[in-house]
Amino acid sequence: MSKLWKIILYTGLALIIVGAFVWAPLEPKILKEYTRIFYFHVPVAWICVLFFLIAAYYSFQFLRTKDLLYDAYAKISNELGILFAILATVTGSIWAKVTWGSFWNWDPRETSIFILLLIYGAYFSLRSAVEQEDRRARLAAVYSLLAFVTVPFFVFVVPRIYFSLHPDPVINTQGKIHLELRQRVVFFSSLIFHTVLYLWLFQMRKTQVKLQMILRLYKENKMLEE
Amino acid sequence: MKQIWLIFLKDVQQEFKTRYAINAIMLFAIVTLSAVSFSIGAYTATTRVLAALFWIILFFSSMSGLSHIFIREEETQTADTLKLVARPSSIYLGKFFFNLVLLVLLEVILIPLFIAIMNFKVVSFQIFLLTMFIGNFGLAGGGTMVAAIISKASTKGALFTVLSFPILLPVLISGISATRKAAESVKLMDAQNELQALLAYGIIIIVASILLFDFVWNE
Amino acid sequence: MLNAKMELIAEKIVKGFGHFLVLKNISFKVSSGSAIAITGPNGSGKTTLVKILCNLMAPTRGQVVYQNNSQKINREDIFQYIGLVGPYLQLYQELSAQENIDFFARMRNLKNYSARVKQLMELFNLSGREHDSVKTYSSGMQQRLKYVCALIHEPDVLFVDEPRSNLDQAGIEAVYSILQEQKKDKILVISTNDQEDLTLADQIIRVGVA
Repeated sequence: MSKLWKIILYTGLALIIVGAFVWAPLEPKILKEYTRIFYFHVPVAWICVLFFLIAAYYSFQFLRTKDLLYDAYAKISNELGILFAILATVTGSIWAKVTWGSFWNWDPRETSIFILLLIYGAYFSLRSAVEQEDRRARLAAVYSLLAFVTVPFFVFVVPRIYFSLHPDPVINTQGKIHLELRQRVVFFSSLIFHTVLYLWLFQMRKTQVKLQMILRLYKENKMLEE
Repeated sequence: MKQIWLIFLKDVQQEFKTRYAINAIMLFAIVTLSAVSFSIGAYTATTRVLAALFWIILFFSSMSGLSHIFIREEETQTADTLKLVARPSSIYLGKFFFNLVLLVLLEVILIPLFIAIMNFKVVSFQIFLLTMFIGNFGLAGGGTMVAAIISKASTKGALFTVLSFPILLPVLISGISATRKAAESVKLMDAQNELQALLAYGIIIIVASILLFDFVWNE
Repeated sequence: MLNAKMELIAEKIVKGFGHFLVLKNISFKVSSGSAIAITGPNGSGKTTLVKILCNLMAPTRGQVVYQNNSQKINREDIFQYIGLVGPYLQLYQELSAQENIDFFARMRNLKNYSARVKQLMELFNLSGREHDSVKTYSSGMQQRLKYVCALIHEPDVLFVDEPRSNLDQAGIEAVYSILQEQKKDKILVISTNDQEDLTLADQIIRVGVA
């Protein structure tokens, strides 16, 4: 990533942190200071879902091409995913405690993030239970895709069955956002900048993994020639 | 296809002679049910709680028996024998139907027992039985697929439950909700959300499994 | 099945498990009416090669091609044409011999095979024990039953991994008569370290030697 982009990114993030705590006005009625966490919780939760989708994509590519590089990509996507799942769950329950009174309520969105956490955990348990590399990659990829298929049920179906605690005006399926201008600015920039930051981290990790793979292939080819 | 039937038949024959999976499932269900009933005692639990308990017993009982179908093939080294003569999709479907039958047998015993012992008053048998029927496809479909995955891994037991739970959770959620409604209202329409969800899930998981099974089975 | 001209072609088979390369560039071609032997030190990859040829395992690189009268056979249909006998291929212990045979025969879509079953059972000295469960068979008998199950559909390609294991002299003679029969107008692939077995083969593939 070029110098200019890095400067923009870092400045932007710094501004967001400042903005979240100082600049954006408080939601007057109930939430008050507690609103602040919203600028970080929602992006983090979104990124967790993003990596889940990315992992499913790379799993699919692996099954299609049998190229172990895709399996490595899928694995690191899942690693980042579980990190963000933990972050989202923690920030979410802090917010929950403070606004609704208890750390955990089994509200559908809380449940979804918990499920994602379980899926990531299961993914890594599966990986550690298979010794042969080829088999491990295949089984993990299949599980990733299987999990991907069941996720729509949580996102769309469950909220219709169970009542949700999540505030409707802010996170709802109708897409209307009832935020003041300043809040909107901070929120969306937070969303964008966080996404850019973590995709950049992901890209770095990908390069690292790719280099490792290239080195390995080189060694294997040398062995074949003997 | 003929192969599906043959594999199903073979598994039934084997099960008939050893009765391993059916015993595991039944025993687990009865023990759990007894424990629950004993602890609750005379206290009358709400329909919400009873519906949840029912599905917990059902889910964990199936966890102790649904993976048998693949683990046995690996342990007795007949996996290669089977691989040699069968097409992957036939294997999945044959074993899926076996697990389906296993679940139905479990429910035939569990449902009457549960209703009697826990005093679970079912108002609409229509909803209840329909939920069971459609839910079974989801449970057996997802369970068979995960069973295939873990049979190829080194550590078996707990891994099956860990992997199955997130995958089968939609069935549990919809199932519990629908079962509760079966105890509360008479109209079939009241549970239509849940039943539709169960149906959609069943179809999707079976289709996804058929597509993905090749990758699990073929080395 | 009887008058087919079958060809089994292995093209540059490479198999690695992680970093460890077991098979390096194995290539050969064998047609109906001949036999090929795979030999090499223990653990050198003989069984791996057999499994790859039987479609039980995929090679890391290279491919296996079955051709029938120069028409390529689809990977998923290969099982109709091959039979495999090996120590890692167990029969279903709880079922009877007859139930095992029925399963394998019907999976390959055979209809009237009882005459052939009788003939094979007699050849391998197993007559009269069709309805006993395989659990009660000795290891020698199980090995012979494996041959019956592998031959029931008159495979165009017969794979035998360690032909002599678990067999007494009478068993070995019965097996040899089958192997001779097979290589007359079909393909025989054996994997062995026994010198006498190697004389059956027209081609020999050595595995695990630099």
